[in-house]
Amino acid sequence: MQYLLLINSEEGGWEKMTKAEQEQGMAAYTAYGQALKSAGAYVGSDRLQPSSTASTVRVKDGKTKVLNGPYAESKEQLAGYYLIEAKDIDAAITWAAKCPGAHHGVMEVRPVWPM
Amino acid sequence: MPAQGDQLVHDIAQKVARTSYGKLIAFLAKQTRDVAGAEDALSEAFAAALADWPQKGVPDNPEAWLMAVAKRKIIDAARRRRSGEASADHLQLMAEELEAMTSKVRTIPDERLALMFACAHPAIDPGIRSPLILQTVLGLDAADIGSAFLVTPAAMGQRLARAKNKIKVAGIPFRVPDRAELGERLDAVLEAIYAAYTKGWNDPSNVQNNLAGEAIWLGRLIVELLPREAEALGLLALMLFLQSRRGARRSLGGEFVPLSDQDPLLWDGEMIDEAERLLRRAGEMGVIGRYQLEAAIQSAHAALRVAGATDWEAIVELYKGLYKITVSQVVAINLAVALSEAKGPEAGLAALPELSANPELMEFQPDWAARAALLSRVELFGEAAEAYGMAIGLESDPPVQNFLLTQLSKVNSRMQ
Repeated sequence: MQYLLLINSEEGGWEKMTKAEQEQGMAAYTAYGQALKSAGAYVGSDRLQPSSTASTVRVKDGKTKVLNGPYAESKEQLAGYYLIEAKDIDAAITWAAKCPGAHHGVMEVRPVWPM
Repeated sequence: MPAQGDQLVHDIAQKVARTSYGKLIAFLAKQTRDVAGAEDALSEAFAAALADWPQKGVPDNPEAWLMAVAKRKIIDAARRRRSGEASADHLQLMAEELEAMTSKVRTIPDERLALMFACAHPAIDPGIRSPLILQTVLGLDAADIGSAFLVTPAAMGQRLARAKNKIKVAGIPFRVPDRAELGERLDAVLEAIYAAYTKGWNDPSNVQNNLAGEAIWLGRLIVELLPREAEALGLLALMLFLQSRRGARRSLGGEFVPLSDQDPLLWDGEMIDEAERLLRRAGEMGVIGRYQLEAAIQSAHAALRVAGATDWEAIVELYKGLYKITVSQVVAINLAVALSEAKGPEAGLAALPELSANPELMEFQPDWAARAALLSRVELFGEAAEAYGMAIGLESDPPVQNFLLTQLSKVNSRMQ
């Protein structure tokens, strides 16, 4: 099965870190990605730009309405994701717990609708 | 005599349902992770049995017969979905796996424990775990479960369906967790079973549902499948101790009888003996836990039957140990009551949790009832009357309400 691991974390945390801390953070994510790859669980991943760069779009009565900002205003915002292959939810939860995002934020584990 | 034959077949089918229902559901659902699909297939199989057996006779192995029919129904359902759903190939594959698995199997392996661990998985809403186990392992319907959990049948049905869908879609595994995880995960299963027991216990008049008896049955099953888990033994012992007093909790006229006024001769001695043996076995494992402590407290109460007195000092110590583990205000209330027996009502009152620090207790009947009893013992009758008033307002069981009303009128008469 495929699971999407969503990293939700407080924004601005990154900027407040020292250069050394940022490097450490990057290294942790790189190591995590490597671990997923060598276990054959890695499908894809991306880091996202902060929610201040987000726009919401909806079409109503044929008109496109665009608003500045993320869909949900909350302290924690979607910061990135990993798409992984795992045998069941226990395996997916184990991977989510290993992600650095579980330490500086909250991970959401979502099964992918099989097509 | 077709009518008599039908009755016989009906009785046999019911007996098989009782002993095999959960086993068949667990085995079928483990292969497909589709609990609802397994339930539908099995209920069709039971319907087929009621139509088939009166004509052709009851098969030698009714369980295997039901399994074969249910398996065919699942495969048929998978085939039907093939055109409709994109994941049909996957379903088809599962159906074939199921066929391969079950055709080799002579005796059906017992996967009920794996099913219970799936139902009490951390990814399942804690409030629905107990109903889910009652439905999948015992086959209780949403209406019966709903009435015990004070939820409408429709709402309970919806919540159960949502949980089953989550098991299927989120990929919740059917397996007994590894040693490293077992403790925490078993706690969730035991908690679900105890929740069912307390629902039954709080509603002693509802013989039809008899959730307490069903929970004990589940407790026995867990002990049989995990014979070396101290807390599973502890839970079964606890439920048996409580159940042993079932006959003494109401007078012949149906009035509520508090523990302190019960006639120990009405307690079920055999059940108490079994509970004592289980608790001793649990003690030998050398792992103390919440259920063993609660069972030990009940054991101390049960000792009244032979010793003629209750060792309140020992009960106080047990409640202190239990409070350390649970940090529960309910335990704190029981500790205060035990202290009042051991050291006097003033000590009990002083030990009661502060209402201002625990606002949730404002709506907790046992807290007000305990408060009222202690206040009346130190002759603060005005405050006692107020506390009884709160307790009566929060109680829904008429016999308990009547008991509290009697206590209130005693307090009122002392005030004048």
